[in-house]
Amino acid sequence: MAFDNSLAGLERSPVPTRTLADRPIRLDSATDVATQSDNSLVRVETRRLTALFGRAIAVREVSLFFPTNTVTAIIGPSGCGKSTFLRCLNRMHELSEGGWVTGGVLLDGEDIYGGVLDPVAVRRRVGMVFQRPTPFPTMSIYDNVAAGLRVYGGRRSPQLDEQVERALRQAALWDEVKDRLHGSAIALSGGQQQRLCIARAVAPAPEVLLLDEPTASLDPAGTQRIEELCHALKTQYTIVIVTHNMQQAARVSDYTAFFYLGDLVEIDRTSKLFTNPAKQQTEAYLTGRFG
Amino acid sequence: MSARAIRRRAKSAVMTGLVAGLALLAVLPLLFIFGDLIHKGATSIDWNFFVKSPVAAGETGGGVANAIVGTGIIVALACLVGIPIGVGSGLFLAEYGNGRLGWLVRFVADVMNGTPSIVVGIFAWTWLVRPVGHFSALAGGAALAMLMIPMLARTTEEMVRLVPNSLREAALALGYPRWRTSLAVVARTALGGIVTGALVAVARIAGETAPLLFTALGNLNFSTAINHPMQTLSLQIYVYATGPFDEWHRLAWAAALVLMGLVLLVAITARWVTRERYGVR
Repeated sequence: MAFDNSLAGLERSPVPTRTLADRPIRLDSATDVATQSDNSLVRVETRRLTALFGRAIAVREVSLFFPTNTVTAIIGPSGCGKSTFLRCLNRMHELSEGGWVTGGVLLDGEDIYGGVLDPVAVRRRVGMVFQRPTPFPTMSIYDNVAAGLRVYGGRRSPQLDEQVERALRQAALWDEVKDRLHGSAIALSGGQQQRLCIARAVAPAPEVLLLDEPTASLDPAGTQRIEELCHALKTQYTIVIVTHNMQQAARVSDYTAFFYLGDLVEIDRTSKLFTNPAKQQTEAYLTGRFG
Repeated sequence: MSARAIRRRAKSAVMTGLVAGLALLAVLPLLFIFGDLIHKGATSIDWNFFVKSPVAAGETGGGVANAIVGTGIIVALACLVGIPIGVGSGLFLAEYGNGRLGWLVRFVADVMNGTPSIVVGIFAWTWLVRPVGHFSALAGGAALAMLMIPMLARTTEEMVRLVPNSLREAALALGYPRWRTSLAVVARTALGGIVTGALVAVARIAGETAPLLFTALGNLNFSTAINHPMQTLSLQIYVYATGPFDEWHRLAWAAALVLMGLVLLVAITARWVTRERYGVR
């Protein structure tokens, strides 16, 4: 079956054997799950992932997958568990007070909750950008971008300058900061700070990039730049973006997942979900009847 | 302007004046102390005061070189022990201290903070002077460290807790191990506050006298042997101020001025070293 190639950047991708549309959203049997993971085009897959705070369930048995080099948007009303779900994908959820999960998350076919992978190693492969810009205030612009590279051990790598420049270029920030790399990171504008955080996240070359409402605190111009970045960056990374903004989801993503009250209601190609949702709840949300 | 607005403004002006007056009242003693010290001590300070040791009573001249060096050595000894332990436990309390151990450490620190310094002195004498058989600068440093640790632990904890959680998460999400997040990002961000806390602690212990009476004892001669009794400025002031000679009283004022000057110098230097590299926008 043909893949939805309507978006630029996907052209070079090999054609997958399946599309999201013809696989079951809920995986009920173990055999079903087993056949899914041989697909090398699936970068991240969740299996009956349930996230809890103490005894309260925040995300209930979500099974879905994120194909390599695509952008998937997660939408839903406040408190629907979309951020919590995102934080399960790089083991950040368990750092929250009382946070724990059941089920699994496969990264390249390997369960990150399986006990073999170290959470720290997982987070190096799955970068994250938060709602508010979080540059390290005591570090320069350069040091911020280099922070994730230095933590690997190499005190002074000869390629560090190159890697920092590449990351800043990827985040479309290089031209604005190249003359003040050793200046303050917190002197940058909010939008620049957020792109700095993206540069910091992509510098260690992760496989997956998680964006948790990255434009929530930015003005329209800053928002537009981040959205353009999503398109550029998906050629190298698999991106999952949580957003409150449905227009944003429609603009940047290849796939959209709709969460409601901790449940995954529906996931489909963005073009299909927005024009012809399968579930009534999705349609009600998209047309603004609740949420 | 309506009567109501006038009343409001008047009320505001009165209250502002009141708190400003109280603030002035709070700094007034400090100004008096400084003024008095300079007035009574400055005239006795000359070059010899800094480079000579005390002379016998009745003779004029001499200085407090031994006490200045002694204060430096004993405070340095206290810092050597007290700052790593105090800052370390403060970091522990803030970053990992939500369990039972954290509660216990916090409780003990609070109790120790309220312990009179003379009790600490007697404690140090019991355990560090009596078994050894003689007074020493080491025991003095240890007593001061004991005063320093709980102070530092609590101020460090407060400062580290001020670091927003989002920075912690950003570092962890970048693949920082927990310990490295605590040190390289959280403690680094709180460094200014931690240094200020350490300075306050240094300033407090530099002037302590009671614990040193039982430990460092004092020494009329110039000595840098940390295993033996040592003079400090506070001990020197104590001896001179309670002595019968006018010359001694004069020297006590001068020594007090030097002590305050030294504390001020340490404060300014450390502030300058750890100044915010990027300043305020």
